[in-house]
Amino acid sequence: MNWLADAVSITLCVLGAVFFLAGTVGLLRFPDTLSRLHALTKADNLGLGLIVVGLALADGTWSAAGKLLLIWLLALLAGACACYLIARHATAPGGPRKGGGE
Amino acid sequence: MIGLVLDLLLATALVGLAWRVLVAPELFEAVVVFITLGLLMAVAWARLAAPDIALAEAAIGAGLTGVLLLDTLRAMRPEPVAEPAHPPSDPKGPAWPSLAASIVLAGVLIVAVLALPREPGGLTAAVAAELPHSGVTQPVTAVLLNFRSYDTWLELAVLLIAVIGVLSLRAEPRLADPPPGGAGTVLSWLVGILVPVAVLVAGYLLWLGKTAAGGAFQAGVALGAAGVLMWLAGHRPLQREWQWRALLPLGFIGFMAVGIGVMTGDRALLEYPRAHAGTLILLIETAAAVSIGATMTALFIGLHFPPGDPASGRKGPAAR
Repeated sequence: MNWLADAVSITLCVLGAVFFLAGTVGLLRFPDTLSRLHALTKADNLGLGLIVVGLALADGTWSAAGKLLLIWLLALLAGACACYLIARHATAPGGPRKGGGE
Repeated sequence: MIGLVLDLLLATALVGLAWRVLVAPELFEAVVVFITLGLLMAVAWARLAAPDIALAEAAIGAGLTGVLLLDTLRAMRPEPVAEPAHPPSDPKGPAWPSLAASIVLAGVLIVAVLALPREPGGLTAAVAAELPHSGVTQPVTAVLLNFRSYDTWLELAVLLIAVIGVLSLRAEPRLADPPPGGAGTVLSWLVGILVPVAVLVAGYLLWLGKTAAGGAFQAGVALGAAGVLMWLAGHRPLQREWQWRALLPLGFIGFMAVGIGVMTGDRALLEYPRAHAGTLILLIETAAAVSIGATMTALFIGLHFPPGDPASGRKGPAAR
């Protein structure tokens, strides 16, 4: 059963890394602030979530799983709020980059 | 093998980012790259098996310094609008003196690294031998809070003097009020969740210092981050002036009180009785963590230039 847990853990981490890669590509290639934020939050939420589940499986203890879950929840909260603040700043009247790219 | 690849990637990225900080055409870009550099530096410290330094680097090198730099940038922004006749490619004289100095410095560093002893010598064995009597099981904490507690005590004095210096140079005699109305509902809500979590993390790090990487400085930085967040969201972390005056020197005074308090019988200054060493260290570290947290927050608030107020932005640097 050990190899099965390892295989699932590695698959989840690689999937998470794929989300981070896609998020980074989106951040670099998307035309405007809002769609870039959209790409970035996918990496933060899903990518980190998959990696957290993968690492929790690899470690195998409940205390490590709890800490990892807490890290993921905090990253979700901070990411969502930072995203909102950046978006509000970008779309505010007289904001620096309304719609257009940098 | 994978570790080596990771280390090489990390080292290359660090050098590349350091170069980008220096050559970035825009100050904002330089600050963002600097923050990234600090985060990767924290990963490098973690790879070097120094998690306590990694924590400090991530919190101070990337977090607090980054916020201060961004803040300074915002305070500087009115300047180029007022007097725009500054081409960025200002010639600064010949490059060879700084190049020669860099080569000499690099040579000295290489010689110093090569001169390091191969074996982990020094006082490692002595520390390991005395560790059971120190009251803690983590060697770093044992050295910082017991074997060389004098040093750490004076470090707290340095922090105290630094924050007194910054606060005395302020244009206004009091700590600034938080930015009015800058918070918004979402940020206030986030801060309401993050500040209790930061206090919890600080307590955890403080307790952890006994057995693993952690301790007063890491806990204090977590408290300082909570203070800075509160202030940025429009709250005053401490309402009254006397609270600042009480908390800023608490670590130094608490350390001194314990150091003098143990001088019963024939014990010297800061020579803890072995049976109570662990408790005394935790006591000192708690006072130090609160004090460091207040110091970090006060440094940030004290160095903050109110946005859109060029008068106070100018007065700060001119007073130096």
